[in-house]
Amino acid sequence: MAAPMLRWGCRGRRWAFARVDGGSCHRRGAPTGSTSNQIRGESSVAQQPLHTAQKTRKGEHKWAAVVGLEIHAQISSNSKLFSGSQVRFSAPPNSLVSFFDASLPGTLPVLNRRCVEAAVMTGLALNCHINKKSLFDRKHYFYADLPAGYQITQQRLPIAVNGSLIYGVCAGKKQSQVIPKTVRIKQIQLEQDSGKSLHDNLRSQTLIDLNRAVGLLEVVLEPDMSCGEEAATAVRELQLILQALGTSQANMAEGQLRVDANISVHHPGEPLGVRTEVKNLNSIRFLAKAIDYEIQRQINELENGGEILNETRSFHHKLGCTMSMRDKEGKQDYRFMPEPNLPPLVLYDATSLPAGADPQQVINIDQIRETLPELPSVTREKLVQQYGMLLEHSFTLLNEVGLLEFFQNVIKETRAEPKKVTSWVLNTFLGYLKQQNLAVSESPVTPSALAELLDLLDSRTISSSAAKQVFEELWKREGKTPGQIVSEKQLELMQDQGALEQLCHSVMEAHPQVVMDVKNRNPRAINKLIGLVRKATQSRADPVMIKEILEKKLSL
Amino acid sequence: MLGRSLREVSAALKQGQITPTELCQKCLSLIKKTKFLNAYITVSEEVALKQAEESEKRYKNGQSLGDLDGIPIAVKDNFSTSGIETTCASNMLKGYIPPYNATVVQKLLDQGALLMGKTNLDEFAMGSGSTDGVFGPVKNPWSYSKQYREKRKQNPHSENEDSDWLITGGSSGALAGPDPRDSTTVHEPINKPFMLPSLADVSKLCIGIPKEYLVPELSSEVQSLWSKAADLFESEGAKVIEVSLPHTSYSIVCYHVLCTSEVASNMARFDGLQYGHRCDIDVSTEAMYAATRREGFNDVVRGRILSGNFFLLKENYENYFVKAQKVRRLIANDFVNAFNSGVDVLLTPTTLSEAVPYLEFIKEDNRTRSAQDDIFTQAVNMAGLPAVSIPVALSNQGLPIGLQFIGRAFCDQQLLTVAKWFEKQVQFPVIQLQELMDDCSAVLENEKLASVSLKQ
Repeated sequence: MAAPMLRWGCRGRRWAFARVDGGSCHRRGAPTGSTSNQIRGESSVAQQPLHTAQKTRKGEHKWAAVVGLEIHAQISSNSKLFSGSQVRFSAPPNSLVSFFDASLPGTLPVLNRRCVEAAVMTGLALNCHINKKSLFDRKHYFYADLPAGYQITQQRLPIAVNGSLIYGVCAGKKQSQVIPKTVRIKQIQLEQDSGKSLHDNLRSQTLIDLNRAVGLLEVVLEPDMSCGEEAATAVRELQLILQALGTSQANMAEGQLRVDANISVHHPGEPLGVRTEVKNLNSIRFLAKAIDYEIQRQINELENGGEILNETRSFHHKLGCTMSMRDKEGKQDYRFMPEPNLPPLVLYDATSLPAGADPQQVINIDQIRETLPELPSVTREKLVQQYGMLLEHSFTLLNEVGLLEFFQNVIKETRAEPKKVTSWVLNTFLGYLKQQNLAVSESPVTPSALAELLDLLDSRTISSSAAKQVFEELWKREGKTPGQIVSEKQLELMQDQGALEQLCHSVMEAHPQVVMDVKNRNPRAINKLIGLVRKATQSRADPVMIKEILEKKLSL
Repeated sequence: MLGRSLREVSAALKQGQITPTELCQKCLSLIKKTKFLNAYITVSEEVALKQAEESEKRYKNGQSLGDLDGIPIAVKDNFSTSGIETTCASNMLKGYIPPYNATVVQKLLDQGALLMGKTNLDEFAMGSGSTDGVFGPVKNPWSYSKQYREKRKQNPHSENEDSDWLITGGSSGALAGPDPRDSTTVHEPINKPFMLPSLADVSKLCIGIPKEYLVPELSSEVQSLWSKAADLFESEGAKVIEVSLPHTSYSIVCYHVLCTSEVASNMARFDGLQYGHRCDIDVSTEAMYAATRREGFNDVVRGRILSGNFFLLKENYENYFVKAQKVRRLIANDFVNAFNSGVDVLLTPTTLSEAVPYLEFIKEDNRTRSAQDDIFTQAVNMAGLPAVSIPVALSNQGLPIGLQFIGRAFCDQQLLTVAKWFEKQVQFPVIQLQELMDDCSAVLENEKLASVSLKQ
C-alpha cells in the first residue's frame, strides 16, 4: 500500500517507526488563510478566560511548538569513566566506590578507553564530525551526590559535533505511512554521572549511593522537533542505534537512558518563546505525554495573558502533568574551568596516526568506522530484502524489545513461508502480547512452539482457524505442545478424501436450492455450501479442499 | 651522625657502622628534643621503628633496597600517607587518615626509607612562612644554631620556607619517573636510579642572569651573593650572560588569578560529607556545607576560594581567567626565548632577603607576604620548568641565604648536575645544633620569655 512512498531515502539512513499511543501531534506548517488578522484578533480575545484548558480550538493552527532534547546514555563498560571501579547494576550501595569516586584528596582521574571508543562509535553512527582534539572541563555546583563539588564534562570542545538522526513518524489514515524527519545532533560529549540520592523524608535525611558514577554520553538534539510523538520516535531510534552499537543498553526503566526536554511555543514567523526544561522522564510513553502536556500548558498560559518562566519542571506521570521544581536561586553559574588533571583528548585517523604508535595507547577513528556493527536501518532493509516484508513491518519488529529475535528463532525452526511467519508474529503473537500488556520475554508461547504450530499449518494438518484455536490454548501456559493440543481437541483436518466426498454429497442432497443457486452462477452460493460442509465436518475439513470437491461435483 | 650528609649515612649503614634502628632512635630522640620547633604535626614512631626493623633484616641478609634503605625521612603533611593522619595543617582534615600513599611517598617507602612523621606547613600550603597552619607556626632551627646565636642573642625567627624534606644530597634518582595514576604525567622512561654525573666541563656552560629579577626590594646581601655566584661560574670559564624575561612583573598577578581559581575548584570537595570535619548543624545540606567549610578552613584558604570563584564567574571568566592564561603563555615564552639564546641554566635569587623575624613577618597579611616572597619562585610554576634552590652562605646575622637555578623543560639532570657542582664549590656550613641539643632546658626557658600569643 504505502510501499512506493517508503522507497524514499537512500541506504544508510536511519528510520524509526513507532505507534505511540496518545500524543496528538500539533501540525506544523504555514498558518491558514486567516493569518495575522486572526492572530491579532485572537490576542485581544485572549484577555477573556478560556473555558476548556486542554483542547485546542478548531482551526487554531497558529501555535508552533519547538522541542529540543538532552539525552544522557550510560556507557556500557566494565569500569567507570575516570576510575577503575566496576560498573554493575543493582550492586549494594557504595560497594563499587574507588578513592577517586569518593573524591578523597589527592586522587586524580584517568580516562577509560572503552568510553572514548563508545563515544566515537556513537558519533560515527549519527553522522557527526569527530573532533580529533577535545577537551575536558569542570562544571561546579554543590550537591550531596557530587562528592568533588564539580562534574567533569566537555563543555568547550566536545568529542563529536554536527550530526543528524533520521526517524520516521507514522501518519496517514491507518498510521501506515512513514514520513521521514531529521533532527540535527548538536554535539555528543563524555561526562561523569553523579551518584544517586535517596530522600528519606521520614527521618529528614538524604542517603547517598556513589556506585553510579559511570560514564555518560550526552547527546544534544537541536530543537527541530515539534511534538511529543516526534520526540518519542527520535528517542526510540536513538535507543535502537545505541543498542545495536553496544555502546549503551539504553534501558530507560533502569536509568540507563535519561531524557530532558526543552520546550517552547511561538507563533510561526515570530521569535522563539521562553523555554522550559522538563526532567524526570523515564519512559518513552511519558516522554511524549509530558511534552504534549507542557506544550498545551504553555499555549494556555500565553493565551490567558500569562507568561512562561524559564524554569525546570518535573513530570508527574500519575497526575499526567508537569510541575515547577521551584529553583530557589535564579540561574546557576557553573563557573566552568578547564580540567587541569586531564590533557586534551587526541584521536587519530589513518592519515594522522603516528608511525610505530602503540595501538593500546591510541584510538584510530577510521578503524572504528570500519568495525561499526550493523545499524537498525540496515537491519530493516535486510529484513525487507530477505523476507519480502513491508518496511513498516520491519519497523515493528525492531521497535518491540525482543521481537526480532523471537521472529528469527521461529524462522529458523519452521518450514513455513517467511510471509506467514511475519503475519503470525506481527498480528497474532503481538496482538496477544499487547492485549495483556506483556513483553516478549514474558510470552507463554516460545519460538519453538510457534514454529511447530506453523509447521502443522503448513503441512495442512490443521486449518488456519484450528491453528488460531491452538494458539489460544498455548497461551494458557498449560505446558502442552501444539501437537498435543491438536490431538486432544481433535483438530486434525479430515484427511480421508472419500469420507469428505461423501459428506459433500450428502450436503448437496440436503440443500438442493443452494446447489441450484451455484449452478445459476451465484457467486456467494458456493461459499454457503462450503460453510455447510464445514459445519458438518465440525470445522475439521480444509475449506480449500471442500471447495475443490464441490466444484468437481458440480462440474464447475 | 645526624649532621652528616645522606650519602655518608647511607654508606655507614651499608658498612654496618650503625644500624637502621639505632639511626631511627637517634632521630626520634632529636625530634623529641626539638619539639619546640613545632616542625612535626605527627611523629610516626611505631611505624618508623617497624620499618627500621625490616630495613635491618635486609641489611643483615645483604638485600638492601638501595641508597635510601634505612634512611629517616619526613613528609610534609599535605602528602597522603596510608594509615597515618594527614591534616594539611587544617581543621578540615584533622583526624583524616588516608587509605593510600601518595606516589612519591610510595616510591620512598619502596626504597626502604623510614617515615619519621608528617611535618608542619601553612594550612593547605597557602603561604610563604609556615606561619598559618592550624597547629601554629614553625620555628626556624637556624635561629637556635650556634652560628646565629653567636651573632645575635634575640627572639627566634620564623621559618622562611615550609619545612620540607629533610634529605640533603643527590638521591633524586630513586624518585624520578612517570606517575601511572596521573593522566598528565610524562611518559619518558628513566633509568632508575640515576646517579648525577660530575660536571665535566664548566667552561661549556652558559649561565643566564635575568635582569628583571634585580628588584629594588632585593637585600644587598642577597644581591652580593648572587653576583659572587655569577663570578664563580665565570672564573671557571663558563659563559655568563644577562637575559631578559620581560613579562616577569606580571607573573605574580597571573599566578594569583590562576592559583586561586584552581583552589576554589579543588577545595569544593571539602564539604564534610565523605571524610574530614563535619559541623554539628543538620538543618539542611546547604547549611551543613556552609558551617563545615567556615569551621574547617582558615581565613587564608577562604580568601583564596572566594577570589577564585569570583574569577570563574561567567561575567569575569574572559577578563580574568582567560587573560591570565594568555599572560601565562607570554611568561612561558620568555623562558623559551632565554633558553633558545644558548642559555643552559638560569641563576636567580630564591628570596628577597634572609629569614625575617616572626613578629616582623606577621605585620603583613598572608596574601601580601606571599605576593612579595614568591616573586622569584612562582614563575617556574607558570612556565612548567624544573628549579632548585641551593643554600649558598650565611648572612651577616648567621642565617642561611640560597640561590635558585632554573633549568630547561625536562632537562632535570643537567640542572641538578650544575647545582651539584655549585653546592660543592660553596661548601655551605652544616647547622650547629649541638649546643641546642645539650641545652634543651635553656632553650625552653627562652621560649617562655619570648612567647607570643599564636591564637588568631
